[in-house]
Amino acid sequence: MSEMESKYAELRQMIEAHKDWPGALMPVLQGAQEIFGCVPEDVQKIIAEGLGVTLSEVYGVATFYSQFSLQPKGKYVISVCLGTACYVKGSQSVLDKLSEVLEIPVGTTTKDGKFTLQATRCLGACGLAPVMTINEDVYGRMTPDQVPEIIAKYQNKEA
Amino acid sequence: MENMIALTIDGVSVEVPAGTTVLEAARKAGIHIPTLCYLKDINEIGACRMCVVDTGARSLQASCVLPATNGMVVKTNTPAIRKYRKTLLELVLSDHDKKCLTCVRSQNCELQRLCRELGVKDGDAFKGVTNDYEVDDVSPAIVRDNNKCILCRRCVAVCSKVQKVGVIGPVMRGFKTAIESPWGLKLNNMACINCGQCITACPTGALREKDDTAKVWEALADPTKHVVVQPAPAVRAALGEEFGIPMGTSVTGKMATALKRLGFDKVFDTDFGADLTIMEEANELVERLTEGGTLPMITSCSPGWIKFCETYYPDFIPNLSTCKSPHEMVGAMVKSYYADKAEIDPHNIVTVSVMPCTAKKFEAARPELGHNGMADVDIVITTRELARMIKEAGINFNALPDSDFDSLMGESTGAAVIFGATGGVMEAALRTAYETITGETLAKVDFEAVRGTQGIKEATINIAGKDVTVAVCSSTSKAAELLDSVKNGEKNYTFIEVMACPGGCVNGGGQPIVDADTRATVDVRAVRAQALYGEDAEKPLRKSHENGEIKAIYADYLGKPGGHRSHELLHTHYTRREKYTD
Repeated sequence: MSEMESKYAELRQMIEAHKDWPGALMPVLQGAQEIFGCVPEDVQKIIAEGLGVTLSEVYGVATFYSQFSLQPKGKYVISVCLGTACYVKGSQSVLDKLSEVLEIPVGTTTKDGKFTLQATRCLGACGLAPVMTINEDVYGRMTPDQVPEIIAKYQNKEA
Repeated sequence: MENMIALTIDGVSVEVPAGTTVLEAARKAGIHIPTLCYLKDINEIGACRMCVVDTGARSLQASCVLPATNGMVVKTNTPAIRKYRKTLLELVLSDHDKKCLTCVRSQNCELQRLCRELGVKDGDAFKGVTNDYEVDDVSPAIVRDNNKCILCRRCVAVCSKVQKVGVIGPVMRGFKTAIESPWGLKLNNMACINCGQCITACPTGALREKDDTAKVWEALADPTKHVVVQPAPAVRAALGEEFGIPMGTSVTGKMATALKRLGFDKVFDTDFGADLTIMEEANELVERLTEGGTLPMITSCSPGWIKFCETYYPDFIPNLSTCKSPHEMVGAMVKSYYADKAEIDPHNIVTVSVMPCTAKKFEAARPELGHNGMADVDIVITTRELARMIKEAGINFNALPDSDFDSLMGESTGAAVIFGATGGVMEAALRTAYETITGETLAKVDFEAVRGTQGIKEATINIAGKDVTVAVCSSTSKAAELLDSVKNGEKNYTFIEVMACPGGCVNGGGQPIVDADTRATVDVRAVRAQALYGEDAEKPLRKSHENGEIKAIYADYLGKPGGHRSHELLHTHYTRREKYTD
């Protein structure tokens, strides 16, 4: 069984286990997100058919909660805090600069699958505002000028 | 004895059964509370908060979801409530396409009416960023314009709960929330059955039929075209509402006159097609019974139902009657039989159907519904579109004299008229099948058991010593329920009638729109159906096989029901469909 096949098998197994639960959609979507790293169209269709709910419902829930991702995320997920403190300190310009350097709109992933750029709510590190995280790494007191250098560091990192 | 609850609303004492909402209790007390997202029995979710009331609680409560309690003192109309409602409307307007003058729902829009009644003076009170949506007009039947959507979810509730189709729903969150099909798909790429129930549920102009009146005007103005029109049974039961005539009034004669004044060259009647359908369908049923065909046989008049079956229950395709729907039969006969008789090249004939139905627009475009490269029906307009044409032509509908349909395909029996109500096709078929099988005259033509607006009805009729069990259902959620019970062997029927719209065609997606307030107190389905049953009772002939023009068409042209020519012109086939297409 290929890696992908076993992922689908795992998904089907999970659907089967939750099938008769009321409100099964949320846990199944969460499980799918864990298995695939995102909940793409074909996965949503399998969930809809398996749970006997409409694709509209599945898609509605998946787009309502920002924890669900419709596309696979990049190797490095860049999150820029747009919470009040960071925003006042200029995090929007950091976000804009990232978008410019990576050449992608906010909320998307680079073609090479390396970076995903997203805006987030308060990360709870207001003392460091404006804050950005790349996976588990935290960058505080960010300015747009620092962006190219930081990105280059990850660009050159070996897999 | 029901547990009763006593409460006071705006100083009026009222008693209601336990479980009643404050909104319903107020209605009983004769107090009107404005609503917007509320649609009785379909969407009661307290989302828009227009119906807020003051119960002395910390905050105002949405009365449509608030159960009445004993001793409750409710105020529905205080300065604070009026301000609250007005602000809500102003916020809705802040992201609403306010081109009301040219909106198809102008004067028939619940948002517009509330703004007027609740005294909203500034549509731009909260001017700011607005969403800009592309209009989805790819479907042949339904147009979705999210710029006019107020996110009430009435369409979503109808689509998912009443029709069990669920091809639209809320997506995203906050300001970006929109009612859409998943993955940005167009309605046409989804398994939408085109029933149009979403349109009649919509309080604004966010959902509307694909307007085909321009095509009709163009055909009427073209001297080389011979334009033939036919209105469906249910149209006459509701068209009057568009002109202020009380609901439940049949306007058959005025409608025929209006169609002539609009300039149609021939005004035939889909009722004739209904009688023709019964001849073919009753024959098909008798054949299946005697020669061992697939049973239960299921009716095929409702194009919303047909697409539902093809998509969601394809295993039942062999059960579907092969009969085309009545207007398709008339279309086919116009371009063959009538063209021969009138010596007109059928290529120069334009057939127009006036239908209570948006799904008929999709049906007419089916490639299999045609002959010699010509579609049986060229253009379908809804009851609403016909009303617009009559108004645009400056015809004073209410003052029109009655007239008859043109002969050849204008005569009809009472059996045909009742096609527009749930159970009507079944009753009409039983009247003819009974007499065909037994060779006796039916003593009582009324089959009361299949009448009424319940979602599923059953009856057992004894024909020639044999019990025939039939079922009638309307709305596709009820069809799904019924088919499931057949599939798992729980139920066993000989013949099933299915109509996609709740209550049948009288409540079709192309009918005049009835606002939520009226729908809360009037059973639109029953009142409109009454117009049809009344017409049936008054008809001199009430069985399809007694129709003189039907007898003539078989004698002159078709031969016999189920014969070679009938099969060529009046029968069709169906296709399995995928739920999603790209």
